[in-house]
Amino acid sequence: MGHRVPHVTHYLTEHFADDGYTTLSGFRARGGYETARRVLVEQSPDDVIGTLKRAGLKGRGGAGFDAGTKWSFMPRDGAGPSYLVCNADESEPGSFKDRVLMERGPHQLIEGILIPAFATGAATTFLYIRGEYAEPARILQRAIDDATAAGVLGSNVLGTGFAHQIVLVRGAGAYICGEETGLLESLEGKKGQPRRKPPFPAERGAFGRPTTVNNVETFCHVPHIFARGVDWFRSIGTEESPGTTLFGVSGHVERPGLYELPLGTRLDEIIFEHAGGVRAGRKLKAAIPGGVSMPVLPAGHLDVPMANEFLREHGSSLGTGGVIVMDETTCMVRVGCVISEFFRDESCGQCTQCREGTGWMHKLLLRIERGSGTEADLDVLEDVAGKMEGATICAFADAAAWPVQALLRHFRSEFQGHVHAQKCPLPESFEI
Amino acid sequence: MVSVETRAAIDAEIAKMPEKRGALLAALRLVQEEHGHLSLEAMEEVARIFELHPTEVLEVVSFYNHFRAQPRGRHEVNVCTSLTCSLRGGRGLLRQLQAYLGVHAGQTTSDGRISLGHEECLGACGNAPMLRIDDAYHLDLDWARAQQLLDGLE
Repeated sequence: MGHRVPHVTHYLTEHFADDGYTTLSGFRARGGYETARRVLVEQSPDDVIGTLKRAGLKGRGGAGFDAGTKWSFMPRDGAGPSYLVCNADESEPGSFKDRVLMERGPHQLIEGILIPAFATGAATTFLYIRGEYAEPARILQRAIDDATAAGVLGSNVLGTGFAHQIVLVRGAGAYICGEETGLLESLEGKKGQPRRKPPFPAERGAFGRPTTVNNVETFCHVPHIFARGVDWFRSIGTEESPGTTLFGVSGHVERPGLYELPLGTRLDEIIFEHAGGVRAGRKLKAAIPGGVSMPVLPAGHLDVPMANEFLREHGSSLGTGGVIVMDETTCMVRVGCVISEFFRDESCGQCTQCREGTGWMHKLLLRIERGSGTEADLDVLEDVAGKMEGATICAFADAAAWPVQALLRHFRSEFQGHVHAQKCPLPESFEI
Repeated sequence: MVSVETRAAIDAEIAKMPEKRGALLAALRLVQEEHGHLSLEAMEEVARIFELHPTEVLEVVSFYNHFRAQPRGRHEVNVCTSLTCSLRGGRGLLRQLQAYLGVHAGQTTSDGRISLGHEECLGACGNAPMLRIDDAYHLDLDWARAQQLLDGLE
């Protein structure tokens, strides 16, 4: 089958300009659901997991864990229900890819859910979407209803005898519910405070049952791998990080937007060739490669291929692929203020280091920005960030500490400039 | 307090979940849509439906940004002030909105028309600056367009 499908390198978004693709009939007219039907008829769950492992699909939610390996953690004893959870709680500043995937390709996502549902033996998928996404939720609910009425979902999926339903659940405004165990707590109708691991969700997840949690984009890649084959998938991207991803480019570029490109595309190529370069002919100062929790990279370090194995060498990470670009007018202390305000507001408050540390960092950064900071404040800032890192139940405290540490590492002289001048030396910078 | 229609919708949400409590967020959203906010009486009634202590409902309500224990204006206007929107003027837009409406973020205009607020990352970073009016996103804004949107609200 695979050789008859055209070789495309923008497979997730290939039909996104076409309104018909969002409807069930339009999706089917383009071959939609044929791959899931064929996989469910022709393959065993073990075959499916084996194929995914060979393909090497890495999760696109931020952690970058191997998706096939994650599915293989699910127990297969068949005693009681197990669940799949689609994490559609995209809330990382800089990331807007999942919203577009849900709005422009709702059936692509449903087809992407059916294959791992079959592989892991899940009876139900809970699609947990952030509360702000009212329009994507409406589009998805219609797609789920249409798919259920047509027998794509339900007691006899696509006539294969497999039973599966998708339940859409809306969040209520809390960034931490994007963390997988915070999400599970919220799904159970509680405060979204992360759980200690172990037990991991594959052992004890939603409603105490074995559960696999994957990001929206991760699911969307799956049907394409099975339609075109492992060799095709591995021919795109890098050896360790195959496939494309959706880079969301924002900030000071001429053409902000979403770009589907192979993993391993260089960061400077994304900024200058795809996003049109820095606005108004200004100079580039820095970029954050994958959402605000990822460490910033200064200009001069941006010739890095966008895949975790390369970004790690530069002290950063791909995160959600949300590229935030800052030009020469940008005050990096203000950047720290805005980022730390976000983490202060969104900390769930469960762990002391995070609850107190995020607010403390924000106060220090604001003081430095306003010109009343001291040299000692820089050391305290570094110390607080260091004591938060790795000290809490979930990775939220790390996500709050890393950007501050990276700003101090790369732009310490600018922080010192604020202290010595007792004011912000970059008056043209963005308003806070 | 909770209408027959809302109660039926809550029961439909409960039926989708393996455990009753899984429908709590959906129920609170439905009750809030009916009454505009979640009063103590409403939270007590939701607690009875879910067989929970009222404080368990209150702690859920207070955890999430979208639940409101106090009445708000007829429209909610929220500006995104995350880093990506701030870099393209999001906080400047919020300042202009505050001046135009004569209220600070978190307050409601005296005629009860608009509650102004700001939110962190609404997932539209490629179209900054932007704001959310009730459930709808408005993208790629400048001040003239934002003003036009505000003036169009009843």
